[in-house]
Amino acid sequence: MEAQEDLQLNLNEESLLEMYGLIVLSRRLDERTWVLHRQGKIAFHISGIGHEAAQVGAAMALRRGQDWVVPYYRDLAMMLALGLTPKEFMLGVMGKKGEPSSGARQMPSHWSIRRMNVVSHSSPVATQTPHASGIGLAIKMRGDDAIVLTSIGEGATSQGAWYEAVNWAAIHKLPVVFMVENNLYAISVRQDRQMAVEHVADKAAGLGLPGVTVDGLDALAVHRAISEAAARARAGDGPTLVEAMVQRMTPHSSDDDDRSYRPRAELEALKAQDPVRLQRDKLMDMGLLSEQAETEVQERAAAQVEEAIKFAASAPYPEVSEASYPVYAGDRADG
Amino acid sequence: MAEITMREAISQALWEEMERDERVFIMGEEVGLWGGTYAVTRNFYDHFGAERVRDTPIAEGVIVGAANGAAMAGLRPVAELMTINFAFLAMDQIVNGSAKIRAMFGGQFTVPIVIRAVGGGGRQLGATHSQTPDVVFAHFPGMKVIAPGTPYDAKGLLKAAIRTDDPVLFIENATMYQSKGEVPDGDYVEPIGVSKVQREGSDVTIITYSKGLQLSLQAAEELSSEGIEAQIIDLRSLRPLDLGPAIESLKQTNRAVIVEEGWRSYGVGAEVAARLYEEAFDYIDSPLKRVAQVEVPLPYNRELEQMALPQIGDIVKAVREVL
Repeated sequence: MEAQEDLQLNLNEESLLEMYGLIVLSRRLDERTWVLHRQGKIAFHISGIGHEAAQVGAAMALRRGQDWVVPYYRDLAMMLALGLTPKEFMLGVMGKKGEPSSGARQMPSHWSIRRMNVVSHSSPVATQTPHASGIGLAIKMRGDDAIVLTSIGEGATSQGAWYEAVNWAAIHKLPVVFMVENNLYAISVRQDRQMAVEHVADKAAGLGLPGVTVDGLDALAVHRAISEAAARARAGDGPTLVEAMVQRMTPHSSDDDDRSYRPRAELEALKAQDPVRLQRDKLMDMGLLSEQAETEVQERAAAQVEEAIKFAASAPYPEVSEASYPVYAGDRADG
Repeated sequence: MAEITMREAISQALWEEMERDERVFIMGEEVGLWGGTYAVTRNFYDHFGAERVRDTPIAEGVIVGAANGAAMAGLRPVAELMTINFAFLAMDQIVNGSAKIRAMFGGQFTVPIVIRAVGGGGRQLGATHSQTPDVVFAHFPGMKVIAPGTPYDAKGLLKAAIRTDDPVLFIENATMYQSKGEVPDGDYVEPIGVSKVQREGSDVTIITYSKGLQLSLQAAEELSSEGIEAQIIDLRSLRPLDLGPAIESLKQTNRAVIVEEGWRSYGVGAEVAARLYEEAFDYIDSPLKRVAQVEVPLPYNRELEQMALPQIGDIVKAVREVL
């Protein structure tokens, strides 16, 4: 029923299928990157498997290219929805020349792409949240017609920086949407050892902004919540905290082995609630996706991923000299 | 030319830059209604308004963090930290944010911010309010660290700091706001990363900055009465660090003393001496001497505090030792 409302109000059939295509593409790209890591072909990967529906739902609620996005490292699907290409992603994980976030200077999945108004954190978690509030301030002071979406894991909402930044945005009614992708794990520490509240959204009450919790396995539910938060921000009514309940279906990163802290049965159970499958079933129920169309979506994603890997594998590495700039304004610009 | 205080020089630089460029704004604790802990932004709030002279919560992390964000989005924030000792609460945003954003993201985003911070001891404010940790910040590529020793340099360098596209930590010494000096009328900018001869002399070279300059100038007068003429080189900025004038001076004096208010270990003197030995070994006739703070957390009691801080007599003694 709600999906039908979305279809009427915000999203047409084409955009629903676009969302699904992005979710599938992100999953295939992510899975394939794990394989590249296990084959010893890349140094590092940090995964968003289980978060894809929430991320695409959020991105599609924005004015892409106009609004600012201050994401975190799990946001591959969000970045694809904002315009990152699979080839660009592969240049990143392989550390190749011309990688768009940093020219291979920064770790993979630390997205910063000027053309998309995307800038991300430095790696210590929650450091992006003050940046988002500052960008929100600049938007407000300049009178720009834009908002900021910043995302974060629930683990990083324990950081002082997060509280400082959300508090400050709330005081000044800055046009920021604070999206929390709650997968219940801060690496190995479960939510009940991270916070005493039941929902991260409950923290909003203490800071004076609305907080909502939504099903992050449902792209349309997240789309709805972020759309409402974005509308509030655009109207000058201030920030909103949106907590999307998602699943981390992989270890924290390629440097982590979750067998010591995560029961296998728990992971097995997550498969029944795989957000990719849930979106597929929903679209099929709505009569928007046939079996044949589903096969085409899967094949197209697989082809894009293989093409990206081929492209990036044959791309050159940066020149050694590229390590020495651009540290200061007077340094040679990165061609 | 007019003789004004360091406080007035800094205040004028901020005021003139805010008049010149509407992207420049101030944010920090007590900067607005109250006019700043050291009264540097007095009257700014009434003139520029609450939007451009922003009182913040007591939250150094977001003062610098939001300034980083606003700078990336096209503004030119001047973030004030009540004391440099509080900069440790914003350390990640300075070290991993301001200093690295340009390089880490391939030059796509720049962070033209100025972090103004009050540093130095001598006001009986105890161990955690009186530090001179300038070198900590100068350690990081990507930052510029300026610490002026005269009103002239304070005004010209602060204007340059606001105009540069790089992040700058601008350190003001808490005991020097009342010190006076000649400042030209009208707009002028001093280059960042160029050190300066502040006193001519041919017997010994004293290399210093900020409060050390004030102490060294007084020590030089004392030495002059004994017939010893010290040439004083003011570094003015610790990063970039310009040792050109110091080396030129060494070619003539062949002897040098390095004076800083901070601790000796891993300090400015250590860096300067290492570079002089690397780059000007042939001109050094006597081991270089360092004058610095005794290595204790600075005490509250006035006598104990002064015992720990470098004194004019320490500089005079060090000069006699290298001659």
